[in-house]
Amino acid sequence: MAIARRKFDAVIIGAGGAGMRAALQLSEAGLKVAVLSKVFPTRSHTVAAQGGIAAALGNVTEDNWHWHMYDTVKGSDYLGDQDAIEFMCRQANEVVYELEHFGMPFDRLENGKIYQRPFGGQSQNFGGAQATRSCAAADRTGHAMLHTLYQRNVRANTQFFIEWMGLDLIRDEQGDVLGVTALEMETGEVMVLQAKATLFATGGAGRIFHASTNAFINTGDGLGMAARAGIPLEDMEFWQFHPTGVYGVGVLISEAVRGEGGYLLNKDGERFMQRYAPHAKDLASRDVVSRALTTEIKEGRGCGKDADHLLLKLDHLGADVINMRLPGIREIAIKFAQVDPINEPIPVAPTAHYMMGGIPTNFHGQVVAPYKTGPEEVVPGFYAVGECACVSVHGANRLGTNSLLDIIVFGRAAGNRIIEDLKKNPHHKPLPADATDKVLARLARLENQKGGENVAQVGTALRKTMQAHCGVFRFADMLKQGVSRIGEVAERVAQTEIGDKSRVFNTARIEALELDNLVEVALATMVSAEARNESRGAHARDDFPQRDDDKWLKHTLYFSAGRRLDYKPVRLKPLTVESFPPKPRVY
Amino acid sequence: MKELERARWRCRRGLLELDIVLQRFMDKHYQQMSETELQQLATLLDLSDNDLWDMITTRKEPEDTSLRPVLRLLQAA
Repeated sequence: MAIARRKFDAVIIGAGGAGMRAALQLSEAGLKVAVLSKVFPTRSHTVAAQGGIAAALGNVTEDNWHWHMYDTVKGSDYLGDQDAIEFMCRQANEVVYELEHFGMPFDRLENGKIYQRPFGGQSQNFGGAQATRSCAAADRTGHAMLHTLYQRNVRANTQFFIEWMGLDLIRDEQGDVLGVTALEMETGEVMVLQAKATLFATGGAGRIFHASTNAFINTGDGLGMAARAGIPLEDMEFWQFHPTGVYGVGVLISEAVRGEGGYLLNKDGERFMQRYAPHAKDLASRDVVSRALTTEIKEGRGCGKDADHLLLKLDHLGADVINMRLPGIREIAIKFAQVDPINEPIPVAPTAHYMMGGIPTNFHGQVVAPYKTGPEEVVPGFYAVGECACVSVHGANRLGTNSLLDIIVFGRAAGNRIIEDLKKNPHHKPLPADATDKVLARLARLENQKGGENVAQVGTALRKTMQAHCGVFRFADMLKQGVSRIGEVAERVAQTEIGDKSRVFNTARIEALELDNLVEVALATMVSAEARNESRGAHARDDFPQRDDDKWLKHTLYFSAGRRLDYKPVRLKPLTVESFPPKPRVY
Repeated sequence: MKELERARWRCRRGLLELDIVLQRFMDKHYQQMSETELQQLATLLDLSDNDLWDMITTRKEPEDTSLRPVLRLLQAA
């Protein structure tokens, strides 16, 4: 079968904030850019970001990029690469002013400057008083950013391929990346998009967990494509969780409920947080509450027929307080838990929120891998930014408001780097003869599968396995068992069968292909977590409760082939300032 | 052909809350909707995620009052 081919200077997969910021840089430089997105660009998951974008503008209280850098290094539990962190924090003011210039509607102070609000983890003077560093557009910063960037891209003639899904990377014998194969949903056609630069901005993969705050589109497509093409995935054991998501669906229940006096109960009706945090009780920090919930469930005190959730009680606050102070929460409980919290407690469980790991890159957005001689060699033609990338500025734990900054700083940096690289390599390299062999074989397998299993069923098994074995608090026996369980799920994924074989808008096929990507992320997460015998940032082990810098101050690299692990050093040396040496992380 | 699949895919949004509500709505109502109602649904789906969520949670009302009946179904989903 002859496959249609189109040529671009750059192909970008993903039209969230990161992909669109990079696309804008390239289109404005006059390059021919294609941006592929499974959904309409302004419906990307960036819209869910509420908190704001961090920048040490100092509009409200004194601030300094170097303090922001310290907070980020500390927040990362010293796993973040300090060169990339310095780069990001130093560029923050400039990229925020640039967004303002693009027309982003930031909230304002009376003097007309950008309004800023304080956020957890932000400090003055290297761990001193609270800093005021978050620039926001009401509680809709991501939404405002996405719409602003989309308008600018339309003006700059970026070409959008909407309702297209990236399938696989094309690499030649030297390992250079020469583009992607992609599927147009409307026609079911597979096309080769040849490019001098291929940039992944496919976002997170929270859908590997049964409970996640991530939208359905967040299936880690970029990570799956990279892993299948022999690129390692970095630090995949680090996932940020929220302690209280609505049981079964993962929708976030804000900490405001516990702030107003709501508290957690186990199946015996016991207010169990008293045992874990005698003073702070239900107001203890997020990780303490998450671990307590997981421990209660593991020890058999969970609620419901599967004993797999806890209850958040707030009816004692009374209808007036709930209606006045927590109306949004009541709506969410009624809609998603089918309980009215005025009368009944809300079933809750920890919910996965953000993936710190991803495709390894340097701070220019170039993908780096140990594939010839060194541990961080540039993969020519391949770039990644945003949640799908691991640059690594978030290390073992991300600070709130740093993710919107990450996508803008590195989206722009990758754009600039591509412009430079294309000056040196102005021509398309010839495609290898076998460029589409593997992807066509994968599609043919799905078409011809007999006696296979339903995609939704295997997807549920994957999510339940990850939730039970590799959630917010991790136990040696569960992880060990989890590695073999997720291996069994992977075998089932390789034999999924779809009933609908038609070409036009076949969503069953899309969902099967998404599952191929999810399973790569799930395997990487489980295998990496099982091996890391310490607790650091978001990776909390019951059997190794301490951080162990002697053995584990290093990044994990997971290779899909052979499910092999390797490690590489953390980049402790910043660009111009002195290194922040690891010390205990206390707040 | 494939109108249901197409519509279902377009209910994939940036906000998880919308993903869930729209999926339920589709399961319950889509097959029984008239041409006019399908048009009205399409108009609502063209809203940005946050505007649509505000309407579903009754924080906002659409200016076009003809959209209200379909919106009521979304609110109940």
